[in-house]
Amino acid sequence: MSNKTLIVIGNGMVGHHFLEQFVASPAAAGFDIIVFGEEKQLAYDRVHLSEYFSGSTHADLAMATADWYSDNRIDLHLNELVTAVDRENRTVTTHKGTYRYDELVLATGSYPFVPPIEGRENPNCFVYRTLDDLDAIRACSDGASTGVVVGGGLLGLEAANALKSLGLDAHVVEFAPRLMPVQLDGDGGALLRRKIEELGVQVHSEKATTAIVDGEESRLRMNFGDDTHLETDLIVFSAGIRPQDTLARSCELETGERGGIIVNNQCTTSDPHIHAIGECALWNQQIFGLVAPGYTMARTLSAILNGDSDAAFTGADMSTKLKLLGVDVGSIGDAHARTPGARNIRFSDENAGHYRRMVISADGKKLLGAILVGDNSHYDTLLQYALNGIDLPDNPESLILPESQGGAPALGPDALPDTAQICSCHNVSKGDICGAIDAGCCDLGAVKGETRASTGCGGCTALLKTVVDSELEKRGVEVSRDLCEHFAYSRQDLFNIVKVNGIRTFRTLIQQHGRGHGCDICKPAVASILATCWNEHILTTDHVPLQDTNDTFMANMQKNGTYSIVPRVPGGEITPDKLIVLGEVAREYNLYTKITGGQRVDLFGATLSELPEIWEKLIAAGFETGHAYGKSLRTVKSCVGNSWCRYGVQDSVGMAIFLEHRYKGLRSPHKLKMAVSGCTRECAEAQSKDIGVIATENGWNLYVCGNGGMRPRHADLFATDLSDEGLISTIDRVLMFYVRTADRLQRTSVWMENMEGGLAYLKKVVLEDSLGIGEELEQHMADIVSTYQCEWKTAVEDPEKRKRFREFVNAPEKKDPVQQWTTERDQRRPLLESV
Amino acid sequence: MKTANQWNIVCTVDDLVPESGIAVWTPDGPVAIFYIPYRLPALFAISHTDPFSGTNVLARGITGDLKGEPVVASPLYKQHFSLVTGQCLENEDVKVKTYRVLLDGNAVRLEIRTASFEAVAA
Repeated sequence: MSNKTLIVIGNGMVGHHFLEQFVASPAAAGFDIIVFGEEKQLAYDRVHLSEYFSGSTHADLAMATADWYSDNRIDLHLNELVTAVDRENRTVTTHKGTYRYDELVLATGSYPFVPPIEGRENPNCFVYRTLDDLDAIRACSDGASTGVVVGGGLLGLEAANALKSLGLDAHVVEFAPRLMPVQLDGDGGALLRRKIEELGVQVHSEKATTAIVDGEESRLRMNFGDDTHLETDLIVFSAGIRPQDTLARSCELETGERGGIIVNNQCTTSDPHIHAIGECALWNQQIFGLVAPGYTMARTLSAILNGDSDAAFTGADMSTKLKLLGVDVGSIGDAHARTPGARNIRFSDENAGHYRRMVISADGKKLLGAILVGDNSHYDTLLQYALNGIDLPDNPESLILPESQGGAPALGPDALPDTAQICSCHNVSKGDICGAIDAGCCDLGAVKGETRASTGCGGCTALLKTVVDSELEKRGVEVSRDLCEHFAYSRQDLFNIVKVNGIRTFRTLIQQHGRGHGCDICKPAVASILATCWNEHILTTDHVPLQDTNDTFMANMQKNGTYSIVPRVPGGEITPDKLIVLGEVAREYNLYTKITGGQRVDLFGATLSELPEIWEKLIAAGFETGHAYGKSLRTVKSCVGNSWCRYGVQDSVGMAIFLEHRYKGLRSPHKLKMAVSGCTRECAEAQSKDIGVIATENGWNLYVCGNGGMRPRHADLFATDLSDEGLISTIDRVLMFYVRTADRLQRTSVWMENMEGGLAYLKKVVLEDSLGIGEELEQHMADIVSTYQCEWKTAVEDPEKRKRFREFVNAPEKKDPVQQWTTERDQRRPLLESV
Repeated sequence: MKTANQWNIVCTVDDLVPESGIAVWTPDGPVAIFYIPYRLPALFAISHTDPFSGTNVLARGITGDLKGEPVVASPLYKQHFSLVTGQCLENEDVKVKTYRVLLDGNAVRLEIRTASFEAVAA
């Protein structure tokens, strides 16, 4: 039986997403797929269009490659305009030929609306939608000095950003009294306007353009209804979009009065063999001009074509979070309080440039909508409240107040709804986890085995544990704080046992205080405790079998069993000679080379046996281990500071190097990251680190317990205007208290949040020495600092330790046959299919 | 060509690391040998290939016991494998090959069942 034919008209983001979904589905085998795109380029990311002017190419923005289409047997016709659809004979006609279809998908998108203004045909007037539009704007900008965007909505501000990156003096002309009238209110719009004007984009609101005529000083002049005018060299119209439904109209599919191809919940039009998705589709009298709803339609349609009769598109959340010209803007749900009886809570800080508004229900219990300008850090929590109908706390204002004024932290596990996604790799929701527990899983391991949660990237491990613990407790199960089946103690208990009893080996500890022989949970945890207490080399005979994967070989294992190497580059400062050594070593061993976020160089692809040879060369050139493999200090990032920077007020590089040398090698419950910025501009991003230091005129401000990663958290201001000595003793105390009292794999942020009394308590312990242990903490740190050794230097000098670095002990020349390589962007990378 | 069992010497006691693993190359592919001094017998051998990633890394995992069963945790994605049966504890459908291994004086001998090896020996 020959295949049916599926034709997709339109090769934009939504059309492409549909193809990705469909080719991966069972139904794909029964269809030949033909795709027509009017543009000459493959589907690209229109959301990030303005990046085309800041260096991105079509290849960067492309959603896929031509190879992807051929690999999936998709017959792709770009630059081919469909001119007619014959529904009776089920054919489409292009300017090149006629093609038969069994099922037809319209993903024709939208076109920009250009208001009927006299003079709009002038060759210096443009729209902002395609790469061709952008090429034309770029060509026109040559010799131009000013550019105007007509329309102050979301896309208009994006376009203004694009003009700015072309070096033009950018203006925005908006008909409404404020910017982004759909998403923002008056106060929010006013703040956004102020911020954008500070960035050099002039905003003209309440301006109705009546005509575009030749200019006197510039190419064009725009006349406004209030008898004022504005001169400019080019104009970009961004006054909204209209669904591209021309084909649908000409073949007499049902369309809306104001445009749009009418579809039902199955994304099917008035013709059962024709479907429409994305911005061209009109569902329930609504056009969705965002990409996410389009993707939802694409997934729905793919399921429908696979015979899933339950699949339905039932509307989409239009909440948005974005950065416009660098300014955070967020809008959630009923942002304009249109719900009868809705009430508002507003927080406005003109000084910091933050505006937040919550729209709550008449009974004060539910969040209906929200507006954020200047700081989107509250967005995720607010969105969870709004989308899931979570009951607001008694003091709902705490959700938008700064934490220093009694604001609430992020949602705890109890507050998360059953639909909240915990593990994104395996799409496991909180409800799935509760289900697994109800079905008999009574510990974390069982839940992981049942749901597969946290078995992908592992980024959700901590969140999963909190949710499981909280759910078990709710069901009356006593949650064990035991480290694992071998120790009925928490990490903090074990730390005290080791310290007080002077225990120096795992064997002694488990014989005296545990049972069995240990596992991959307790062994690395105890190894870390022993290292903090006694600071012996991690590869001594007693300690070597305890170490986690990466610590064992003092490098980071990659997916194909090879390792990456990160030498320490304190503060990110490196001499040209040392940089050349890194390059030479990487070249000699053909190592894939990448700059890390922590201002160092990561060298990938070394085999086990190459590690000691490579380190011999690096050590000879003056490098030492970077502990990228360890639960220990990674880097202290720095900006260039007052030795070069016009704005710097302290030597941030010098302080970063000092701190990095002081704390390098300190074993801790989890990795530690630090940064030092030389002024309040904060170029080193210190507030996203466990320990962040920002220079002031008078010394240093210290921030603690921040992190990036899956759940980013800004560090809290801990102490201000510290001297060098004051800074170091404070960090000594914070770190040592953390190392002694935190749980296994607990970052400083979670440690502090879980601490009774939180930040205030930590301040008391460290700054006021409320426990009387300040000096002891400092002394302990001094001991660790004085016993530092470069683990790699010790290892390469010891033949016994080097023996561990043999891939096959009986065949030194044997190359591991699964390590196959390919070349990508001029460098080697693993060629390895998952088994 | 007949298949046969061969007890090859693959390494010596000095190559072993207490409570940890080493890898050897055999005509049957890479094999991980673990030395667990507190058990009797103290030597275990399983395939060095991690079935979840396809890479040769199991000898580099952390050893221990779970509910009394001696295990190694894959260093890549942390699944546990019984050193006795090769059974994966997290997924009953997954099992790695096990080998018999014994200490002969200072030599570690591994039982390999293979035709090609016999051909070499002949």
